[in-house]
Amino acid sequence: MAAETPARTLIAPAEMNRRTGRFLYRFVLAATLTGFTVAFVLPLYWMTSGALKSSSELADPNPTLFPESWHPESYTEAWTNVGLGHFFLNTLVLALGAWLTQLLVDVSAAYALSKLRPVLGNVVLGLMLATLMLPVSALLVPTYLAVVDVPLFHVNLINTPFAIWLPAAANAFNIFILKRFFDQIPAELLDSARIDGAGTLRVLASVVLPLSRPVLAVVSIFAVVGVWKDFLWPMLVLPDEAKQPITVALNRLSEFMPANQLLAGMVMASIPLLVLFLIFQRHIIAGLTAGSLKG
Amino acid sequence: MSAQPLSAAAEKSTEEDPLPSPRPPAGTRAGAAAGNSRFRRAVRENLAAYLFLAAGVLCFALFSWYPIVRGVLLGFQQVTFAEPARWVGLDNFRRLFDDPLFLTAWQNTGYFTLLALVLGFAAPFATAVVLNELRHGRPYLRMTVYLPVMLPPIVTMLLWRQFYDPGPGLFNTVLETLRLPAQQWLESENLAMVSLVLVSTWANMGTTTLIYLAALGGIPGELYEAAELDGASIRQRLWHVTIPQMRFILMITLLLQVIGTMQVFVEPFVLTGGGPDDATVTVLLLLYRYAFVYNDFGLASAMSTLLFVVLGLFSVVYLRLTRSKG
Repeated sequence: MAAETPARTLIAPAEMNRRTGRFLYRFVLAATLTGFTVAFVLPLYWMTSGALKSSSELADPNPTLFPESWHPESYTEAWTNVGLGHFFLNTLVLALGAWLTQLLVDVSAAYALSKLRPVLGNVVLGLMLATLMLPVSALLVPTYLAVVDVPLFHVNLINTPFAIWLPAAANAFNIFILKRFFDQIPAELLDSARIDGAGTLRVLASVVLPLSRPVLAVVSIFAVVGVWKDFLWPMLVLPDEAKQPITVALNRLSEFMPANQLLAGMVMASIPLLVLFLIFQRHIIAGLTAGSLKG
Repeated sequence: MSAQPLSAAAEKSTEEDPLPSPRPPAGTRAGAAAGNSRFRRAVRENLAAYLFLAAGVLCFALFSWYPIVRGVLLGFQQVTFAEPARWVGLDNFRRLFDDPLFLTAWQNTGYFTLLALVLGFAAPFATAVVLNELRHGRPYLRMTVYLPVMLPPIVTMLLWRQFYDPGPGLFNTVLETLRLPAQQWLESENLAMVSLVLVSTWANMGTTTLIYLAALGGIPGELYEAAELDGASIRQRLWHVTIPQMRFILMITLLLQVIGTMQVFVEPFVLTGGGPDDATVTVLLLLYRYAFVYNDFGLASAMSTLLFVVLGLFSVVYLRLTRSKG
């Protein structure tokens, strides 16, 4: 069946090529394709097309696959009248800011730990990695209190984007995979740059970072996706409704919005991530396997 | 906390920017001053390193290390925003055990975790094994199974809330077409938790499936060939080759899934609010109520400490496993 010789798996090629084998293969393939499409693609299609239906059509107990009458205005209404555009932009600011903070803070920390190797560096790294073992929810309350009244500085970060950005930067997983990647960059490369007169920052900017594009992509994607999807934390630290991201706003408004506009809002909240996924599939899957085998 | 002096020292040195770094190459050959200048160079290099570390250490100190310590202490304190925290010993824990919902929450969470394991373990494993055999359409299938993972959880929940709708909801429509009785998905005490597990599995199985798929790809084909020569059937090969080869990764995902599902929050928060009749009140939902509805941070912290202890046991096992492997 297959043109190229695939790796040997559970079922032998000979078994596949028997008549029953071929029949079974086709059956399973068809079943999987339809099953997956129904289970994972149809709900997304239902969401996107549902937003185009009229309210009465949506409430009809006999669902339609294609909208009988088209109402693309529910998207614009959700964007402007309900103000979801505003919440969408809030999310954008939160995600981009978190991405920048995480890159800035975590890359420089990983660089110091991997290449500058200060005294006690390993202790610091150990303390950072230890936080990976803690369940996030066990830290919910004390971190919230630390944001309400930041120790030492005594500022209140509630209703400011820093309440999202700064805790997100304390990300041991990022530092860990960045450091592990930096470790693989040969020391000779950095030394020769130093001999050419490059300072510490210059070595980072023109030697380490250009070589680290794959790992930077992984960290960036996970930073943006993480903040974009988050719900509980922004709901707690951004009680001011005007400052909330779209996820929090959607949940708050879901009771009051007409069903088609709510669906339109849900599509808006999802599209950036889906687009990101379609573009960076390879990176995301690579990061996923790296994440599963951390430690 | 402990890192504070370090970052403070590092910040002080901001003026001497390491950027141009006019370091005389091998200028230490000058003999007598060598020891002294080597020491100064070491100090300067460490300062530069800590300068790069400062922001990270500060973020960790303020939003991770300090909260960890404070979280444990808070469990033994009474905290209100109005007055300073007061030590109350084991009082919070006593009040926890007196709350009839406390036991319910743990039972519900245990039930959710158990159901999620049965479903969340079988579904991705079966999917991955099938996908690994397919020679066609694998990129498409791999992509679709991961699509729900990319949706914001809140969108998933709002979408499934419409599917579960007892009136015109999609699920009951399908059941009616199949001439099956309609269900009160989220409103029935028996079915509510199962409904939550269904959403949760749908939303998260993509990750596990892809991890399994990667692991399956790493199993050497010769093992299957040898088993086949010994006359092992497909089922026997699955049982005696695939599963033993996957044992490590299965253990890891098992532990991660227990740790993850024990912290379930968004599903009950959005879909049921803990109802009907407290059938879906989970540990984290109760913790949320203690802290952010009743503003009883001491009580909530005592609850976090308990959750931490329980999940910590799983973490220790996880750590040992990854250590012995790595």
